Formats: sequence, C-alpha cells, structure tokens
Amino acid sequence: MNLSRRQILVLLPAAAVAWKAVLAGTPEEAPNYSMSDHWWGMLIDVPKCIGCGNCVRACQAENDVPDGFFRTWVERYHVTDTNMTNPEVISPDGGKEGFPTAAEDAGKYFFVPKLCNHCADSPCTQVCPVGATFVSPDGVVLVDPKYCLGCAYCVQACPYGCRYIHPEKKVADKCTLCYHRITKGLTTACAENCPTGARQLVDLKNPHDPIHAFLKTHSVQVLKPQMATGAKVYYNELDGSVR
Amino acid sequence: MGGVEGFMYPNEIELHWSVLIVLYPFITGLVAGAFILASLERVFRVDAVKPTYRLALLTALSFLLVAPLPLQLHLGHPERSPEMYFTPHSTSAMAMFGYVYLWYLMAVLVFEIWLDYRRDIVLLAERSKGIVRIVYRAMTLGSTNISPRALHIDERVGWIVTLIGIPSAFMLHGYVGFIFGSIKANPWWSSPLMPVVFIFSAMVSGIACVMVLYMATAKLRGRNIDMRCVDTIAMYLFYTFIIDFSLEMLDLIHRVYEADESFRSLNFMVHTKLYFSHIVVQILCGTLVPLVLLAITQVVKLGEVVRKRIYAVAGLLTLMGIFAMRWNVVIGGQLFSKSYLGYTTYKVGLVSREGMLVALALSLLPLLILWVLIKLLPPWPAENVPAEAGD
Repeated sequence: MNLSRRQILVLLPAAAVAWKAVLAGTPEEAPNYSMSDHWWGMLIDVPKCIGCGNCVRACQAENDVPDGFFRTWVERYHVTDTNMTNPEVISPDGGKEGFPTAAEDAGKYFFVPKLCNHCADSPCTQVCPVGATFVSPDGVVLVDPKYCLGCAYCVQACPYGCRYIHPEKKVADKCTLCYHRITKGLTTACAENCPTGARQLVDLKNPHDPIHAFLKTHSVQVLKPQMATGAKVYYNELDGSVR
Repeated sequence: MGGVEGFMYPNEIELHWSVLIVLYPFITGLVAGAFILASLERVFRVDAVKPTYRLALLTALSFLLVAPLPLQLHLGHPERSPEMYFTPHSTSAMAMFGYVYLWYLMAVLVFEIWLDYRRDIVLLAERSKGIVRIVYRAMTLGSTNISPRALHIDERVGWIVTLIGIPSAFMLHGYVGFIFGSIKANPWWSSPLMPVVFIFSAMVSGIACVMVLYMATAKLRGRNIDMRCVDTIAMYLFYTFIIDFSLEMLDLIHRVYEADESFRSLNFMVHTKLYFSHIVVQILCGTLVPLVLLAITQVVKLGEVVRKRIYAVAGLLTLMGIFAMRWNVVIGGQLFSKSYLGYTTYKVGLVSREGMLVALALSLLPLLILWVLIKLLPPWPAENVPAEAGD
C-alpha cells in the first residue's frame, strides 16, 4: 500500500483515536443485571436518624475510605427559635463515633446524614476534563479511577462537598452508592447498617418500590434545590435551615 | 480541627487547589497581557512602544512555556494529562485547555516570533560558528530566502497572525476566567464578569511586567530608557487599570448591594481570613497606590528620574496586586464552606510538591528562559544583528 505523507498525516490521528478506544476496553459484565432497568437514588428519613454513626463506620469499612475523608457523614443541627438562618452545626469526625451530649435545651436538635446526591444533571460530571466522572445509565455518578487525572475540578464543582482527592490513589473519590453491591441485588452498606431504617436505597424505575407511595404521602425535599442538579437523595421532613 | 472556624463539610477542610493553581492564571495573564502590548505596535501602529515589541513577544513566550508546569505538578496523575487531547470531555470548561494552549503557543506566538526574527536568524546562521550555527540553522526551518519580497510576505503574514493573536490572547485568559466563573457551586467564583475581569487584569499585569522588564534590562545593559516608550506604556497601563478596577468594583458593589445567601459568609471572610491579602495587598497596595502614582504622572509634569522611579514602583506594585488578586480568587474561593457556616485555613508547605519553594522556582523559571531567549534572539532594535548583509 502506497501512502503519501499527506495521507499518513490524516490517518495518524484517526489511528490514535481508534487505539484509545481499544485501550478503553469494555465495561465489566454483571450477569442478571440490566442497567436500563434501574434508576437509583436514596431516601433519608430525617426524623428517624439518631446520629449513631453506624452508616459512616459501615461505609468506611465497606469501601476502604481513608481517615479524614468521607463518602458519607452525619451532621447535627442545632436551631434556636430566633436564629433559624444561622444554625449551629457539628460533625465530629463525620459523626463516625456519634455526637457529644447537647449542651443546652433551647431550640431543636436533629441529625442529617449526607452523601453524594447522584445528581441527574451533576455539575461534577459536567466539569471533568476527560470524562472520568460519569452518570451511569442506572443513575449512579461514578469515577473511573484508572482515568481520573486528579485535577480536583469536580471537587470544586460539587455544591454538597461530597468529593475529595484520595490521599493515596491521587484520584477523585466519592460515594458509589455501593455500586458493587446494588448490582448484585444488595442494598448499600450504610442502609444495611442503619438501625432505624433512616436510609433506604430506592429504585425509581421499579414500580413496586415503596418510594413511590412514600413520595406521594410525605413532604420530601432535596438539598440545595436552587442548584438545579437533579439530586436523587430525597430527604423526608428536611428542615429549612439545612445547608 | 486545626484551622477550622464554625462548620465545614468534612471533605472541605483541606484545600484542593494550592498556590500552584494561583500561579497558573497569574502566568497566563502575563502572557496575554504582554502579547496585547506587542500587538499595539504591530496592529494599532503605536510606534512609541516599538522598543518593547520583541521583548514583549519573548516575555510572552517565556511565560507561556512555563504556564502548564504548575498544572502538571498539581495533578494527581500528571502522566494521564495527554488524555485531555485524546478524549476531551465536551462539556468541561477545562478540557479545552490543551487545545487553547497549543493554538496559542504554536499558531500564534512561536509563529509570530519566527516570522519577525526570520531575517535575523538567517543572518545569525551565516555569521556564527559551531553548535550555535547549527542551532540557528535549525531555527530557520530551511527557509533562508531573505529577499525584500520574502520579507514583505513575512511582514504581511506576521500582521495577520497578530490580528488573529489578539482574540486568541483574549480567549486564552478569558477562558481561564471562565473555568472559575462557571462554577455555580462556588459563589465567590460564579460570575459572568469573571472572564472579563481576568482579561483586563491580564492586560494590566502583562503591560506592567513588560514595562518593568524593559526598564530593568535597559539599566542592566547600561542603555538609556526610551522615555517616550515608557510614558506611552504607563499611559496604557493607567487606562487599562482603570477599566480593570472599575469592573472589579462593579462586581464587589453588586455583591454587597444584592447581598444574597452567600454574602454574610463571604463578607466575614473578606474581613477576617482574606483581609490582608484582599484589602491590604490587592486593593490598597496593589491597585489604589499604583493607580494614584500613575494618575500623578498623567496630570503633573515630572522630571525624567521621578517618572522612572514612579513607573518602576507602580509596575512592581501592580504585579504584586494582580498576583494577590489571583491568590484571593483561587485560595479565597476555598476558605469558606459551601454550607456558608464556617472557614478553613490554607497551610502551604515549604518543600512539598505544591509548596512555596516550587512556586518560587516556577516564578523564576520564565525569567531564566527569557534570559536564554534574549541571548539567542536579541530583541533590542538599535543594536540588532548585522544589517548590511541582508539589506
């Protein structure tokens, strides 16, 4: 085959792109699991959370989360009657070991578990320069650790503070909604270990999922709705002071 | 938790963008600004600034060559950065960096410098010996025709390249501003004014940088400073600075007056953690003082020595102010919690990969590159390479 220099110059970039596609490979197969049949999210029943920190410990054990960083954490809010817009919030070590006894009786106290909101229009996915962060067809925001540059642009773009750079792997890390478990028909580690059922994995595409009845009959809210991120972590009876 | 006041989301305590990310917009700003100054002579025919034309181009190139280094050093996996070329993510503001950078480096700066110096390079190749000769010969890229017609074509093409270069310079730095301005999660950054502010602050810093470099190199070489040239540059610096400062104040006044949900938190930060770098260094010392100094030179007739001193002080203060502005944008944007309930502290290391020593080395590296470039391609118009051989 005789190729002119010009033809080679045209073919080289095409070959490079094709080679990258080959290198990218195909996703790992999960038998008996069809991504298009699910649309995952989570329900947090705020009044049920007792701030025990079981979920945080379970997540760290299940996902080998490094110390000082959190895929999920629990915050305790203290809101006084006269200062609703300026709550006092604590989350010592992510609430992993529970919380100190409340100092004063004035106002109300409640716990708010936090995790990645697995946004349908996620800002972190939007800004990733190489597409290492993506929304899977079943609605879970994931990071490909073999592709991530570790630029931390996604960390800046997340309005909820759910991402961090893994101190050893040097890539972005976050809640995967225990993707390795839910694709096998299990629930997430945090939901499994919640003693009060304050966390429930929900599948919005499953017509038999109790979430549909729950959403109809309860006052449910997402965090920072003004960000328009399509968050899929639904909070029952969320107080207006929660950030 | 050390250095935290109030409540931070637990993953926010450590800053993810360090002093190296402060350097990046500072350096690209100098590139864009220096190029705009060069284009004044080339496209807008401002003859007075001609003595700085080539110096401005070489300055822009020196800084542009260093611009990607802080980014590379900051990445968790620098070896994967070529992926931005192979698989850029179309919705990411950052994904275009590689292309914008390469376009600006190769299609604009290197090409323009080569066209402008081609005649000199050919003559230098003829006159030098040994390795230097090989270097110059390689730099001719085999194009040794320096007939008047060929040089005329160089001139025309160079003019077109500069013309394309002006919007490219705007794009290079406006784009850096967009990277910050488009983050809706961060109220300190999120603003459509951000790219415009970045462009004008880039022009201010680039013009100040070339002015200071021109005066410093003249002094080092024991030559007279062309006062008509620096007077003109100082005038452009003054007017560009006024636009830049007005835009920044517009942004500030808008924030204060609108006082949205983030205002209380940001206002507290500016009055505490960011007070020194924002109010004292950036606004007072780095903006108002140089603006007043430059204004005095515009309205009062001063002697040459006084003007030189004022320009030098104003130029250096301006550079410090623009660096502080980059610092306040990048670091300030990470000091407060997105819950608006607390603040963290930036602890910069001395010898770590993203520490102060590395930042200092990266700041000095462009000057070293500039020194090599000046040795290789002397930018001084008067004592240029032999004229007789080519003309």
